[in-house]
Amino acid sequence: MPRILSDMLIIAERNLVRLPRSPDLLLAVTVQPVMFVLLFVYVFGGAIQTPGFDNYKDFLLPGIIVQNIAFGGFLTALGLAEDMNKGLVDRFRSLPMARSAVLAGRTSADIVTNLLSIAVLVVTGLIIGFSFDAPLQNIIAGVGILLLFGYAFSWVFALIGLLVSSPEAANSVGFIAVFPLTFISSAFVPVESMPSVLQTVADVNPFTITVDAMRHLWVGGPAGNAVWGAVVWSFVIFAIAAPLAVSRYRKAASK
Amino acid sequence: MMSDMTTDKPPAIRVQGLMKSFGDLRAVDGVDFEVPAGTVLGLLGPNGAGKTTVVRMLTTLMTPDAGRVEVAGLDAVEQATELRSRIGLAGQYAAVDENLTGAENLTMVGRLYGMTRGAAKARGQELLEEFDLVEAAGRPASTYSGGMRRRLDLAAALVAKPEVLFLDEPTTGLDPRSRLDLWATVETLKAAGTTVLLTTQYLDEADRLADSIAVIDHGRLIAEGTSDELKDRVGGERLEVTLAEGADSDAAIEALLPMSDERPVSEDGVVRLQVRQRGGTLVEAVKRLGEAGLDVEDLELRRPTLDDVFLTLTGHAAEATEPEEATA
Ligand SMILES: Nc1ncnc2c1ncn2[C@@H]1O[C@H](COP(=O)(O)OP(=O)(O)OP(=O)(O)O)[C@@H](O)[C@H]1O
Ligand SMILES: [Mg+2]
Repeated sequence: MPRILSDMLIIAERNLVRLPRSPDLLLAVTVQPVMFVLLFVYVFGGAIQTPGFDNYKDFLLPGIIVQNIAFGGFLTALGLAEDMNKGLVDRFRSLPMARSAVLAGRTSADIVTNLLSIAVLVVTGLIIGFSFDAPLQNIIAGVGILLLFGYAFSWVFALIGLLVSSPEAANSVGFIAVFPLTFISSAFVPVESMPSVLQTVADVNPFTITVDAMRHLWVGGPAGNAVWGAVVWSFVIFAIAAPLAVSRYRKAASK
Repeated sequence: MMSDMTTDKPPAIRVQGLMKSFGDLRAVDGVDFEVPAGTVLGLLGPNGAGKTTVVRMLTTLMTPDAGRVEVAGLDAVEQATELRSRIGLAGQYAAVDENLTGAENLTMVGRLYGMTRGAAKARGQELLEEFDLVEAAGRPASTYSGGMRRRLDLAAALVAKPEVLFLDEPTTGLDPRSRLDLWATVETLKAAGTTVLLTTQYLDEADRLADSIAVIDHGRLIAEGTSDELKDRVGGERLEVTLAEGADSDAAIEALLPMSDERPVSEDGVVRLQVRQRGGTLVEAVKRLGEAGLDVEDLELRRPTLDDVFLTLTGHAAEATEPEEATA
């Protein structure tokens, strides 16, 4: 196995073994998303009109999964901020390992936790009455898009984790930067119900495009170009965030 | 330094014209030294002298602005990756993953050195025994005391049995027993042929472990040699006067000035000076201080220690943060 790959897996493993030991993190990737689904469905569900969908659950689930997956990267932000603070980055840099493995290992560990979140959310959805309305290959393609989108956002969070001074700050900066974007999108309410200024934002928001793609793939919502749009957006976000994170890592680490 | 030992082997560390600035601050300002293979170099210097910066450049963590660094025959900039597999580093602050257990920390480091999982585990177990961490091996490092973390960090530096080992203030934060254990470890490593560069604030540590000592201040090398050579350089008997609470140390300096060729220095109510002779010195000092109306708590005449070397060369004491000083 090439060195970069084995080093990446070692780092990814390191980031994953901590999860079962950190009840707070485990709650954040499992119980918290479930709570959001339940609150939205039962508190807002009755008030939100979703023309073209059988019910609000079918509308909401793809949206809330996209939101959760985008936030899955917070583990990367938190972990990198910790590593910088605790001098662990120095330890890694003094070892004959591939340098890029630290970031690559972190972000790929998020893929595993994101898969866990997807599973938890889908099961929750099925229990409360969500139903897939699409062929199996579309459902699988949807999971692929989720993981891709989540991976791109892990790099955004990697950048955030490297820019801030503490793990606590990583958490709140990440939240402030990403949370509004997820709301000004088609994730929770139809874009048509927003004021026109917000509609303009929502229409070009990568969250809207990715959520629309998911709705098409999972419950047969109108497709347009959303599926390809979502893939392109993921690559664009990755292509911008990853080099920035890598260069920030180089700079911060050699201080 | 120690040219008699360099006859057959090339030096393990060779540093020439090393420079590093942070903005306007010249943290390392033209440092040269060599460490013969299999010897221990003690890098001494007060806070902010540039010790850590030197260590970071020697261990490839930082690129020098100018100068050459060769470790184990490899250029620290051009051959950084190769070099990393031959050195071990325990930085000034313990770098352990708090979410992993002690054993997992060492296994991870071993694997990142390129060992198989099995080999890394076995090596980790050896080190856990050596550093008295067997009982805590299965607990996350977040539950470790400061001293345990420090020992785990040192163990991590030794995972790959490096030929050159860098220890940046390795015993800061260790209790006296752990400190002695660490000294024994360094001596064992040296006996096995490992070259060690250690920075320290504790002069007794340098005295005991280092074959040769380099003193740096403000990024410059201001002295180097064996501990005896440095003490000879400072020469003379030392007088140390502990003034009573509230006594004016400037007045004491003036009163004692005629007894020395250099201006006495004072710190925390203790005045130190180098005196010309042993005989009659104590009596004369008491008389002079008495005439100046100064109360004395304690008076001591002794041979120079590395502390005096430090004080004389840098103009201030080694700022060792002993617990009692920290609370003073
Ligand atoms: N990354 C950095 N950015 C700016 N200044 C720095 C940086 N690292 C070190 N310095 C400065 O360079 C000087 C030397 O620092 P260094 O850490 O090498 O000293 P030191 O001898 O290790 O001190 P100590 O005994 O306190 O550990 C100090 O004035 C320090 O403030
Ligand atoms: Mg230092």
